[in-house]
Amino acid sequence: MEKLAVTEQEVWAALDEVMDPEIPVVSLVQMGIIRAVALQGQQVLVTMTPTFSGCPALEVMEEHIRVRLAELGLEATVEKTLDPPWSSDWISDAARAKLKSVGLAPPHLHGGDFIAVLDAPISCPYCDSFNTTLKNSFGTTPCRMIYVCNNCQQPFEQFKPL
Amino acid sequence: MDSKLNASLAEYLTALGDDELVLAQRDAEWCGHAPILEEDIAFANLAVDELGHARTWYELAAELLSEDRGRFPDHLAYFRDAAEWRCVQLVTLPRGDWAFTLLRRYFFDVLEVLRLEGLKSSGYAPLAEAAAKIYNEELYHVRHGKAWLPRLGRGTEESHARMQAALTQLWPYTAQMFLPLPGEAPLVAAGIAPETAGLEAGWWAAIEAALAAADLRAPEKFIPVTRPRSQQTEHLMGLLSEMQMLARANPQARW
Repeated sequence: MEKLAVTEQEVWAALDEVMDPEIPVVSLVQMGIIRAVALQGQQVLVTMTPTFSGCPALEVMEEHIRVRLAELGLEATVEKTLDPPWSSDWISDAARAKLKSVGLAPPHLHGGDFIAVLDAPISCPYCDSFNTTLKNSFGTTPCRMIYVCNNCQQPFEQFKPL
Repeated sequence: MDSKLNASLAEYLTALGDDELVLAQRDAEWCGHAPILEEDIAFANLAVDELGHARTWYELAAELLSEDRGRFPDHLAYFRDAAEWRCVQLVTLPRGDWAFTLLRRYFFDVLEVLRLEGLKSSGYAPLAEAAAKIYNEELYHVRHGKAWLPRLGRGTEESHARMQAALTQLWPYTAQMFLPLPGEAPLVAAGIAPETAGLEAGWWAAIEAALAAADLRAPEKFIPVTRPRSQQTEHLMGLLSEMQMLARANPQARW
């Protein structure tokens, strides 16, 4: 019996199972990191864009993409693009809810001007209070900021608007 | 672009990358030593950002020189001797105290944002795209520095004294930042890069306001450092010997 060719839709579905190595509850697709997929026979070109250009997880992501697609019998080439630059607005609604569920406040939607939302109130992912204070604009990774909730006293991080 | 312009741009990008990489290395020295935990983490991540920016510039240089995009950045970082580096002296200076570290970074970040504003409209599309990406990230750097300057400048007697001392020590080195970068002249003429000297007024305006908000005064009398980027100091040699040691001892090393 002839083996059925893999479709691009199946490639996207497989990539939706490749998790962000630093936030393993969300996938690279949900984070808006995967920009394009081009399938040609057993070869596939995956175009991705870094959230932050110094992201230390980039090489791990590339490796995980190649391994996952190899399971479909595909040989993947991963290419990086910076145009257009990644926007936190691309994080899907489902991913936003998941970020919050692990105590990471999702970034405000900004429509292109992220500086405009930086001083907007942030709600605590644990108790939803807006009585929160920015402690540092750099957290445990370049893409996070540290806040503290003055209501439940819980420190938490926000994924940076970008 | 013709091959001559390609070579000029590769030289220019390498100098940009050298500034970022050396500053990243200096700031990473704080990892495990910063005065508070949040800043320890913050500085490690500021350094990681600059490392990513250095790699971006080096990758663009690799393309222009028809080098391997994956390997060339490591070659530039690990296998050049001090005389081949083109960073400004400001970033090579030993890390000093916390006041010195914050102020140096702020001086650098403010200039970087101004330069990136110019590079965003570069006539060389890959450079314009990279600049747009890095610009967004650098706005967070400036925000971080802007919050810290007044905290220390208007904090305790000691924090003020340390900031003022850092300012006096750093100030002469800022002059070199406004000299043309290697390869710059033909790039300015071709609309590929902004003229560095033209960024000085904007930098000064931003720094003057930040210093005033932090009760700090730039020294009036000083001897500006205006040596070319091709003349490096023993500070860079010390930094490189540590940074390059492993890669040179074992060129096949993998993480």
